[in-house]
Amino acid sequence: MRKSGYFFASPAGIIVAGLIIGGLAVSLQKKGNPANMGVCVACFTRDIAGALGLHQAKIVQYVRPEIPAFCLGAFLASLLFGEFRPRTGSAPIVRFILGVFAMIGALVFLGCPWRSMLRLAGGDWNALLGLGGLVVGIAVGAAFVKTGFNLGRSHPTRVIAGLAMPFIMLVLLLLAIFYPHTGENSALFRSTQGPGAAAAPAWMSIVVALVIGFLAQRTRFCTVGGIRDFILMRDFHLLSGVIAFLVAAFALNLVFGQFHPGFTLGPGPDGKPIPQPASHTVHWLNVAGMALAGLSFTLAGGCPGRQVFLSGEGDGDAAVFFLGMLTGAAVSHNFLMVGNGPLAPFIVVVGLIVVCLIGIIGRERLPATR
Amino acid sequence: MAIQVDARGLSCPQPVMLTRRALQEAGDADVEVILDSMTQVQNCTRAAEGWGWSVDCREQNREFILTLRKPPAGHRDK
Repeated sequence: MRKSGYFFASPAGIIVAGLIIGGLAVSLQKKGNPANMGVCVACFTRDIAGALGLHQAKIVQYVRPEIPAFCLGAFLASLLFGEFRPRTGSAPIVRFILGVFAMIGALVFLGCPWRSMLRLAGGDWNALLGLGGLVVGIAVGAAFVKTGFNLGRSHPTRVIAGLAMPFIMLVLLLLAIFYPHTGENSALFRSTQGPGAAAAPAWMSIVVALVIGFLAQRTRFCTVGGIRDFILMRDFHLLSGVIAFLVAAFALNLVFGQFHPGFTLGPGPDGKPIPQPASHTVHWLNVAGMALAGLSFTLAGGCPGRQVFLSGEGDGDAAVFFLGMLTGAAVSHNFLMVGNGPLAPFIVVVGLIVVCLIGIIGRERLPATR
Repeated sequence: MAIQVDARGLSCPQPVMLTRRALQEAGDADVEVILDSMTQVQNCTRAAEGWGWSVDCREQNREFILTLRKPPAGHRDK
């Protein structure tokens, strides 16, 4: 193993990365990012979809610089350490579909696996149900993997294919910085209220996200992978990073006064309960949404953050998964399937059936050689 | 004769799963795992060492060959 990989691949490396990523996520909240959202990959991808006009939910439209900076941080790390490796061909269309349903499930819960922990660290007990659903979804996905599910091998491809996603992300980053506005009702859209209007200074988000992208590429930080590896092999390595993430986020929330425990924030002036930030209290939907997301992420090989980081190091299949997530975000909002929206129960059930079918049909013993 | 595992192009957790299957079937034979990413090298190395196998890695044309050997019975940690 290369010496440069020693620390990052070590137990200390993944724990330090988890502590830093969790701490930075909560710090961005302190500096203006939405409460209990930090650096949520699902939410921020959804915001980007809105800014591009792929959906019309006016409170969640903003080209979040964190997402492209994640990818570019990973891209730079992979170049620096000789790990940029253009590859594709592992059932990309199936990965696209998994990306769509992963995002749909995540947006029913209202957050990716990272946000489920950030919500818990902020005292939102609804996140316990989401995390429970996530673990169930990952366990079902792990069962499919254990009984032969795989999406086949990827193969080396042209450099241009590996550069495509970093290039798209660079364009998004430039759009986030310069934010061109073409007219009253045309893109780029930008929320003036709601979570989409809450943002840390762009330069700060970019620097933080570049650091996170770099660290995550080096350490292979992956929330879904952590739970999956523990279930499949009792391997605690990635999970220790996830726990470190949660601990750092919780500790800093206490320091910053951002810890407000409860399923809601208590009764408002009108007597009605004030919801936790960007949340709902339909418990079965919180469980089922994240179960769908966890299952989809597991079949695709990693959490949404990991998919973005992989796309930065040349993985064209992860890039297609991300495009699926972007599409899923638009579909979710356009068809009123977000949170406890009217079509959320329907799509969660449909999604679980479709993704389970993918898991069943995709079981095929890999040959030892290709 | 070493048992060979070709885990090139596979995403998590397949390389580790294939490696584990090979180790379970290897008896006292060595196991060679061919990989094409440093991520999977690290994953398989960590897993094999955790199961008490020694790991030797060599790089060849941007691919990696892990040679996994079972230590003599008196030297096994696990």
